Amino acid sequence: MDNQFLLSLIVGICVGGVAGFLGSLMLGRRMALVAGPLGHLTLPGIALALMYGFDVSLGAFPFVIFGIVLIWLFEMRTKLPMEALTAVVFASGVAIAFLLLPIKQAEAVLVGDITKVSFAEAAVSVILILLLFFVVKKIYSKIVLINISEELAKSEKIDIRRYNLIYLGSIAIIVALGVKMVGGLLTAALVAIPASAARNLSRNLAQYAFGAMIIGGLSSSLGILTFKLTGFPAGPLIILASTLIFLISIIFKR
Amino acid sequence: MGNELILKVRNLNVRLDHQGIIENLSFEVKKGEVLTILGPNGAGKSVLLKTLIGLLPYKGEIEWAKELKIGYVPQRLPFIKDIPLNIRDFFNLKGSPEKETEAILNSVGFQRDFLRKKIGDLSSGQFQRVLIAWGLVGKPQVLLFDEPTTGVDISAEETIYNLLAGLKEEKDLTILLVTHDLSVVYKFSTDVICLNRQPICYGSPQEVLTPESLQKLYGGEVKYYQHKH
Repeated sequence: MDNQFLLSLIVGICVGGVAGFLGSLMLGRRMALVAGPLGHLTLPGIALALMYGFDVSLGAFPFVIFGIVLIWLFEMRTKLPMEALTAVVFASGVAIAFLLLPIKQAEAVLVGDITKVSFAEAAVSVILILLLFFVVKKIYSKIVLINISEELAKSEKIDIRRYNLIYLGSIAIIVALGVKMVGGLLTAALVAIPASAARNLSRNLAQYAFGAMIIGGLSSSLGILTFKLTGFPAGPLIILASTLIFLISIIFKR
Repeated sequence: MGNELILKVRNLNVRLDHQGIIENLSFEVKKGEVLTILGPNGAGKSVLLKTLIGLLPYKGEIEWAKELKIGYVPQRLPFIKDIPLNIRDFFNLKGSPEKETEAILNSVGFQRDFLRKKIGDLSSGQFQRVLIAWGLVGKPQVLLFDEPTTGVDISAEETIYNLLAGLKEEKDLTILLVTHDLSVVYKFSTDVICLNRQPICYGSPQEVLTPESLQKLYGGEVKYYQHKH
């Protein structure tokens, strides 16, 4: 097994696992699709990163933050339904990306490429993802309560703004790391599908949260292994692996 | 604040979205009382409970006795079924130690094996009892109970009020409860506030719930008879 492959596998499992874990929170507030427009909005950032040769996640991150502020502002000002905002934001992201994007490099932008990750990139990603895991674990039960009812959370003296800020920040980081793996078009699937599959299979919160994490990590490793065998791009394979697990979960739904 | 006085409200005004929801409301609650807030849908009853625990902005005075623990039972939690939670998980969210959770669930009539039951599998009456139990975590002296207006059948509703009456004695609770059900008021409360945005009556149910005040409260004819016990 070569080192490059091993590096991709490690990063893939870490990012996929924590994306699933965080996704289990996003599903609860019907926010799973928010990762979609955020992913799309990163496209111009990824395009810039590829043109000037710096790290894709680094290029993506400011655009995710911009996207979060944008969606939050739009929601406050317009009271439009989330899916309308989603359409506005993500279409704009894609449009700008195609103005900037050298068409030869489109594939990496759209469907990601984790198979060329360098050792330094891998190390930074893994450290970030471990930190993120502990942060998400720390805020998990508070966010669940906020998801159930903001009023109930307030009556328990939970500082909702503070937790929401940490939560959105975590989403931003996972999207920035996720685009490198599966590209700007597929990031939503990285958080939504493992959590959906886990929900079908679980009867309590621990099974759900850690189930989503395991399914996320498993999908990533299956996808990257299949890439190794077939040579198809890893990003879509990762998503399809999680789709397969989701389909199986429907059969065993509890 | 005077002896045994738990809550004092003076000239309370609540506006939401530029609309007056509660106007000029004043009342007091003493230890051990059961105060019912009665009124039609949209009268501001739930808003009043939420304002009392600091969830909504207001003008006027709300003064709770010092170092008081308050338990709040919301009307409904529509999003709770989006998340696979069992009863134990739900109590863990409030940081309730397992022993306490068991004891509280016991006091609302559930056995130990109930802990593993999924919230989504509960009947509406069972869920109501679980919510009350959740409100009792941390041994509050006051319980604020927002009655669900739909979804709980009549027999389950009776169980709930018998349960609340029992808990009140057992745990020495003061209770503020919202309802639209007149019979609850007579059976159960020491005081009643009739609320339809403005306060319409306030006092003991036998004295203030007259046909006139009820007509003013609900508008039009109210089928009404007083329970004699």
